[in-house]
Amino acid sequence: MSSLVDNPAVDPVPSRHRVAEPVRAQGFARRTAPRRPGQRSWLASVGLHATLIVASVIAVGPIVWILVSSFKPAQWVNSSDLSLIKEPTLENYTYVLGHTNFPRWALNSVIVAVFTMAIGVFLSATTGYALSRFRFPGRRALMLVFLVTQMFPVAILIVPIYMIMAKLGLIDSLASLVLAYLTIAVPFCAWMLRGYFDTIDTSLDEAAQLDGCGYFATFWRIVLPLARPGLAVTGFFTFLTAWGEIAYASAFIQTDSQFTLGYGLQQFVPRFNPQWHYLTASAVLITLPAALVYYFAQRHLVSGLTAGGTKG
Amino acid sequence: MRRNWDRHWFAWAMAAPVVLVLSVLVFYPLGRGIYLSFTNTTEANQNAQTCVKSITGGEVCEPNPDAAHFIGLENYTRVLSGELGEFWHQLLITVIWTVSCVVFHYGIGLGLAVLLNRPMKLRGLYRVLLVLPWAVPSFVSAFTWRYMFNEKFGLINGLLAKLGIDPVAWFENTWTSLLTAVIANIWLGVPFMMVALLGGLQTIPAELHEAATIDGASAWQRFTNVTLPGLRSVSMTVILLGTIWTFNMFAVIYLITAGQPAGSTEILVTGAYRAAFQGVRNYSLAATYGVLILSILLVFSVFYRRALRKQGEVW
Repeated sequence: MSSLVDNPAVDPVPSRHRVAEPVRAQGFARRTAPRRPGQRSWLASVGLHATLIVASVIAVGPIVWILVSSFKPAQWVNSSDLSLIKEPTLENYTYVLGHTNFPRWALNSVIVAVFTMAIGVFLSATTGYALSRFRFPGRRALMLVFLVTQMFPVAILIVPIYMIMAKLGLIDSLASLVLAYLTIAVPFCAWMLRGYFDTIDTSLDEAAQLDGCGYFATFWRIVLPLARPGLAVTGFFTFLTAWGEIAYASAFIQTDSQFTLGYGLQQFVPRFNPQWHYLTASAVLITLPAALVYYFAQRHLVSGLTAGGTKG
Repeated sequence: MRRNWDRHWFAWAMAAPVVLVLSVLVFYPLGRGIYLSFTNTTEANQNAQTCVKSITGGEVCEPNPDAAHFIGLENYTRVLSGELGEFWHQLLITVIWTVSCVVFHYGIGLGLAVLLNRPMKLRGLYRVLLVLPWAVPSFVSAFTWRYMFNEKFGLINGLLAKLGIDPVAWFENTWTSLLTAVIANIWLGVPFMMVALLGGLQTIPAELHEAATIDGASAWQRFTNVTLPGLRSVSMTVILLGTIWTFNMFAVIYLITAGQPAGSTEILVTGAYRAAFQGVRNYSLAATYGVLILSILLVFSVFYRRALRKQGEVW
């Protein structure tokens, strides 16, 4: 955990200097800091930390509660007992992993999420780059389309997409989910990455082109590596979109072996006689990969998202 | 045209895959969906032909006498007059849901962002912990909160019992049921707002704060005169996005309240989904709902942008 605390990315560096990594190291650090810590009164410090601690407890509490509950035997999960640790056992995990289709569903989810992430990040990057660097006919329209697609409710698209997938013979396949998730994730990500590319100095592109780099090589070899924070956020976002979606998954997938986690999990909580003990264990198992992706992306979250947000 | 192509081919090529995917999987379905809303298509009558296996093994197909057909605005009149479904009640619930969620998302997100935007001990740790709910898949959060609000053995009722309050049957009353979903969704949505606003705060030059301090501005004056104006463009974007996302938020309502009690906490999106995929699947009804939802959001964003422009924002 200490590596997180000392993370250099958490320094309040003005985001317009973000691109110039070496410059930051030399001296711009902490320039935006409104006040030095010494200027804060003792009372203000206590209030600040108390508020943040309460907020952190609320933020983490539910996750911790599920985590500790997952190690309790069934009769204690399904009871009003409030103790954190009670006869710790792994039987919820062994049941979920050994006696249900959970591993299969997890594999399906990984396949869907990884494909969505890879294709989604690539498509958003190319489109975002075009939007950021070129004033081409149709640019404004495309930007508007990206905003408007955010408004499309699942309800209006799901039936026609279902019919298209049925026609293509893709119903009950993971490919149908990847395609559907791309339509959710890509517009937002392309829009966000455009904002990020805008913060990268265009003189770099020009220099690369003078040196004989083609358009695509400039994009691929010069700009993309610099856009890593933006790409990290995009990857995080597409991964989570695919990992946590249930509406399309519930509609398109019909056989048990093709379920993704979001849909499979609903099997544990039928309206009557829900099996919360299995649910808690699966919830932990499902959150782990997402938390891992989050861990790698988190240091870039603020800087990566800022550009997209401010340049709306 | 030729010159255009020479100049812009690369940009077009870069954007082409997305345009292609979007037109096949968003705009074509959108057109289909709008058309469906003018028909009476259900699961039962969607085929233009009915095919029957004959004794000899072949298939005999004949035109379906009850095939779905164009019925004009009938779906809309029936939905809007309340004859079919519960559009107005669900709209009311949706508006309450959206407004309360977005207000708290933005308020709490802004508060935490301002608190975090200063040098202090443990800053990185707080940030990691506060953003954590974002990393949890939304259906897992939904199940988690449903478990915590469970009447008999949920954590919330357990804590209330410690305070001497009788257990609450959260899902048996429309408003407490909606409250559980709102709480869960606030928990879920604050990190995004906080991170976006934190980024926005960091783009405000420190000189402005320093100058205001030298001029004798109090902390509150600095907040309203420097911080808030500096956050304008980020705020406008995230509030618009947040409103749209919350309006269309499917998983939380669908999994936490599941419409309980008796469908009264259904929002428009989940109501439409149930029409489309539960019981006899009423595709045209779902499409009608979809068109109505989209229209509401479009009208909202047009007015929103116009209001911004009036205040001199060229967004």
